[in-house]
Amino acid sequence: MMGFQIVVLWSDVLIWLLVAAGLGVGVLIAKTPPLLAAWRRVGANRVGMASATVLLVFVLIGLLDSLHYRAQLESKAGQKAVYAIEVLSVLDALAAPLRSRNEKTYSAPFATRLYAKETIDLPGQGAVRDYPRLKHGGKHLGEREDEVAEDAAFTAFKAGVLSFVAWLGVFAAVATVNRKKSPKMKLREAAFAWDAVLLTLLLILLIAVPLFWLSGHYHVFGTDKVGQDVLYQILKSVRTGLIIGLVTTLVMLPMAVLLGIVAGYFRGWVDDLIQYLYTVLNSIPGVLLIAAAVLMMQVVIDTHPEWFSTAAERADLRLLALCFILGITSWTGLCRLLRGETLKLRELEYIQAAQAFGVSSWRIIVRHILPNLMHIVIIALVMDFSGLVLAEAVLSYVGIGVDPTMTSFGTMINNARMELGREPVVWWSLVAAFAAMFILVLAANLFADAVRDAFDPRAA
Amino acid sequence: MLAYIVRRLLYALPILIGVNLVTFALFFVVNTPDDMARMQLGVKRVTPEAIEKWKVERGYDKPLMFNSAANGVSTVTDTIFFEKSARMFVGDFGRAEDGRDIAREIGNRMLPSLAIALPTFILGLFVTITFALTLAFFRATAFDFWGIVLCVAAMSISGLFYIIGGQYLISKVWRLVPISGFGDGLEAWRFLILPVLIGVVSGIGSSTRWYRTIFLEEVSKDYVRTARAKGLPETLVFFRHILRNALIPILTGIVVVIPMLFMGSLLTESFFGIPGLGSYTIDAINAQDFSVVRSMVFIGSVLYIVGLILTDISYTLVDPRIRFE
Repeated sequence: MMGFQIVVLWSDVLIWLLVAAGLGVGVLIAKTPPLLAAWRRVGANRVGMASATVLLVFVLIGLLDSLHYRAQLESKAGQKAVYAIEVLSVLDALAAPLRSRNEKTYSAPFATRLYAKETIDLPGQGAVRDYPRLKHGGKHLGEREDEVAEDAAFTAFKAGVLSFVAWLGVFAAVATVNRKKSPKMKLREAAFAWDAVLLTLLLILLIAVPLFWLSGHYHVFGTDKVGQDVLYQILKSVRTGLIIGLVTTLVMLPMAVLLGIVAGYFRGWVDDLIQYLYTVLNSIPGVLLIAAAVLMMQVVIDTHPEWFSTAAERADLRLLALCFILGITSWTGLCRLLRGETLKLRELEYIQAAQAFGVSSWRIIVRHILPNLMHIVIIALVMDFSGLVLAEAVLSYVGIGVDPTMTSFGTMINNARMELGREPVVWWSLVAAFAAMFILVLAANLFADAVRDAFDPRAA
Repeated sequence: MLAYIVRRLLYALPILIGVNLVTFALFFVVNTPDDMARMQLGVKRVTPEAIEKWKVERGYDKPLMFNSAANGVSTVTDTIFFEKSARMFVGDFGRAEDGRDIAREIGNRMLPSLAIALPTFILGLFVTITFALTLAFFRATAFDFWGIVLCVAAMSISGLFYIIGGQYLISKVWRLVPISGFGDGLEAWRFLILPVLIGVVSGIGSSTRWYRTIFLEEVSKDYVRTARAKGLPETLVFFRHILRNALIPILTGIVVVIPMLFMGSLLTESFFGIPGLGSYTIDAINAQDFSVVRSMVFIGSVLYIVGLILTDISYTLVDPRIRFE
């Protein structure tokens, strides 16, 4: 076993902090009956729970990709340990074959030969122009290159059967627990939408397991310009998307909640000042403010190369800067909503009673106003996520998104966009990136709808 | 009415000053002109003399806000803040890195931007309102359900996909219109069709859902029940009563974006090679031309504030209960 050095990137800290905060909020919700009831309504929503299952898979991939380390390089005994300059994650280690089995350049999905012709030296025939055989894709087939379809179908079938058996196990477990808890009730009548979760799980297993099995022998989504497996890039992009979607809300939330409530509660000059602040920030077009701030950030990063020991740390800082800037441009909407709601709440009798009892302003805000605004905050959080994931792609295209060395849906699309002009068309990277992003955003949108329906008092 | 507008305009002034200060802080205080010079001249192997020369050429060698070396009024005017930021209020944006006058460039590029943005806006509004009205008319049927499914799916697709996919399919495979470019006068229509079409299609998802909610809110109101009780057929209820009343929140909600149409769309313009303000901004971002980005931030804010004022005015126009106070 080779040694390794744990690397903690700032974004890792934040994302695990978010997980911890999520668990904390979960405990808090369990103790607050109205919130618990609302989440139960989300749990009963079939579409909502199906999309939550999909989101959970994405989150799992992202979390695995948020544990970083630097592998130890081989060194002679007695020497000081030297660590690789490349920062890897647990996901990289799990997907090591995907990461390391690079080809020379483009190859189509399930191809056994390269996309471009090259001069090859054939023994006995001299130099020939032909499509060279891939180093890794379909290697196990040897001479039987034309049997790709049969081989792939057979492997996929084997994996499919296996995943179905595994799913049956999960299904049986859930059904047994359900029978124990409520003996008379069938699974599809349960309060929690188990049927939707299980069905989605089956679908995910039926797609993911064969995909990974096949990816051991083929490049299932093809390879890109430098011969890297597209599936691997997709997996790496998930973390970037999640961080943009989640950490941004972490930045924006304290600002929006604090300023919104304070403005609505204290009114007067405090209100005027905060309103002035958000009107000013709001009136600067978002993209331009982001562009200006990212350009500035890039100047700072470029003029201080001594801050970063690895390229990953530099890219990470830029990612966080992007989240920070996105947070600053997007807190105004929520702030205005909260301000308006607080203005209404502070006139209600129970607040006036608290004031008459001499309860301090901060205590009123924390104990009596904040809990009654939670539904707005939660709805805003889930609604923002999908928009942020989509925005990342656009910003990266414009050149003000994540660092070009960081894999993200945006950089993938940006790199693949030019290849549509080739003949024959190199479509796989682009299609794979769009499809993965579509699934993530669709799941987020559907989940957000379920949450909104459950929390919005007007919807009922 | 006039007094109201004047008061609103005066209220906008401190906001513009705030925007100006924010951009000034971002471009000159967070990053000193020295940093900018290094960025433009290349980070490595740049001599202090070269940086100084670069700054003098662009007038960045002056003090930031207060020039203690000068006398009288010029202690304030002979500074970076006055020269680069305050003069934007009178439409003087200075010169871009390529030496061209930014104000003139902006004037030239507004029209192509508008040529794309205006048809997209009007056509998009027409299509989405029609679609949303149809969905609301057939509410709680399979048609409504699948329409919503379609909208959510359309919302979840990246805007880049619509552009790249549209260009590939219509221009490259079917060869119906040119992939990108722009022509003078009436010739331009061949270049405009595709970006306008893509702009309309990519906006359908979210707007339709939003408008449908507004229509449904109207449907459950009392005056609608009254109209039905009078014996009006459902189509008449929809077109004569619901459509008109629902248009109030819809129209007042979109007034704010009308001035922003001048700014053009960053993505569409750069993909289709249209010489508008959007592609100007993108080029400036890529070339790290700070003076152009700064000017565009300022113009964008001015247009947004104009939009806010127009929104307030439109409220008072469509709803007689709101007074000018």
